[in-house]
Amino acid sequence: MLKYSFSRVLVAIPTLLILIIISFLLMHAAPGGPFTSERPLPPQVLANIQAKYGLDDPLYVQLWEYLKGIIFHFDFGPSFQRKDLTVNEIIAQGFPITLTYGGLSFIVATLIGGTLGIVAAIRQNTIIDYFAVGISIGAQVLPNFVMAPLLVWLFTLGLGWLPGGGWNGGAWPNLIMPVIALSTSYMASIARITRSSMLEVLNSNYIRTARAKGLPERTVILRHALKPSLVPLISYLGVAFVGMITGSVVIDIYFSTGGMGVAFVNSALNRDYSVMMGITILIGALTIVFALLADLLYAWVDPKIRY
Amino acid sequence: MNILDVKNLSVKFDTPDGVVNAVNDVSFSLGEGKTLAIVGESGSGKSQTAFGILGLLPKNGHTAGSVKYMGTEILNLPEAEMNKYRANEIAMIFQDPMTSLNPYMRISKQLTEVLVYHKGMSQADALKESIRMLDAVQIPDAANRVRMYPHEFSGGMRQRVMIAMSLLCGPKLLIADEPTTALDVTVQAEIMDLLIDLQEDFGMAIILITHDMGIVAGSCEDTLVMFGGNVMEYQSTVDLFKNPQHPYTRGLLEAVPRLDQDVDTLSTVSYDFLTGAKS
Repeated sequence: MLKYSFSRVLVAIPTLLILIIISFLLMHAAPGGPFTSERPLPPQVLANIQAKYGLDDPLYVQLWEYLKGIIFHFDFGPSFQRKDLTVNEIIAQGFPITLTYGGLSFIVATLIGGTLGIVAAIRQNTIIDYFAVGISIGAQVLPNFVMAPLLVWLFTLGLGWLPGGGWNGGAWPNLIMPVIALSTSYMASIARITRSSMLEVLNSNYIRTARAKGLPERTVILRHALKPSLVPLISYLGVAFVGMITGSVVIDIYFSTGGMGVAFVNSALNRDYSVMMGITILIGALTIVFALLADLLYAWVDPKIRY
Repeated sequence: MNILDVKNLSVKFDTPDGVVNAVNDVSFSLGEGKTLAIVGESGSGKSQTAFGILGLLPKNGHTAGSVKYMGTEILNLPEAEMNKYRANEIAMIFQDPMTSLNPYMRISKQLTEVLVYHKGMSQADALKESIRMLDAVQIPDAANRVRMYPHEFSGGMRQRVMIAMSLLCGPKLLIADEPTTALDVTVQAEIMDLLIDLQEDFGMAIILITHDMGIVAGSCEDTLVMFGGNVMEYQSTVDLFKNPQHPYTRGLLEAVPRLDQDVDTLSTVSYDFLTGAKS
């Protein structure tokens, strides 16, 4: 297991390198640049600025300098747009915020979605099942950009219970709506995956064996059916977790949370090369790490998988 | 007193296309320590009869009639009541040993939980008893192998584990639903021999569901022949082989290939009896 993890981490290095090179080249291939604006700068000024950031060098030189900065100094460069900030500082500002509401959303989505799925499967074709399936389909067809204004309309404008936006250091009234808006569609997917895999497990031969052993229904479900029915969820949860903690531009904009999602989208719109690259690398690295964790979790859950 | 008296047992399934009658009016009785064979082709309702007796049908299945265990009605008991009979009094082993054990649990846990739940044993005592039972079904190195997972066992070994599991509480009746169908021929013989030996040691009655007429002739006192959910014939095995009453039974017996006769074409079962035509 340790050897396997180590080799997976080794493989992650070239993977990240390829990710960096391809994103870097694609980014530069896109028309425009960080200093293009509607009112063009005088050519001399533009040339000076380009030279300051090394943008006049050939592309491979720029790439090499960029990689050197990352590898030797863990320096992802200065932001081209917010000139007083480095990429590291921008991520350090935004990431803890998205990590907080994203992590909470993940917990909420997994707990509620998983419970809904299991209960629906156990009570298949009863009113409880229809209710759970109804909720999860409802949650699925309400994307966060519909959920967010609905929540603001209800809880802020209507009832006046919650602040309509702002982060406020992550105080819980500010967290509630972002977490609900972000977690609903994930919750729906988790509920559907859990329900269908639980149904499959409940109809399996080994559950019939457990019943033939005269075990109480509780034991049959919790000891025999729960673990196998969660296996198909693992790979989904790995991807979902990264998606949630790296933020959502919709959540950041609607609730003015100041998270990383809005920084990412702005960097792309403004051709803020360094910020765009920095966040891309962060998401890539997190994806690799959580894919590995999901695989290790598989091995832990399923005795047939051994690395 | 009979171990089991089954009267007019029927099994129905609700399906989107209407009600399916899987088993109609099956009746039989079984004395202590005796063996009954239920034979018939696939889909004849043999397994559903067994599942119906133990209340193991899927949710859309319903049973009617009467099943008396030692004189007590057990058909359609509430789950909690039925659980006292399952494994404790009536145990069952299944057709496919490859999928009948939980792949996510160690063999030890799957065995001991039966004893812990039904007999209130401590985990340590239950483990000792489980290992003893694995020895009894001739699993080599049982003390170590008990810690393994099902996928580390072969099909024949898994069926031995299933048999050991079913015998843990010393049931008076074992329902064996085609216990050898999924195994290869040499292993089939070993498992059947093992079952017969264990029957003598433990003194239990067995309902053996099979379509192997050789096994029926060798080890069962009575035989029940089923077709299409109905009983075609029910009598002692000796008489059944000597003087089969129903044309379907005759067809089944004729279909068994014989080593002592040289024939070009093997006989198949004729379904003429369904239309009443003379064969």
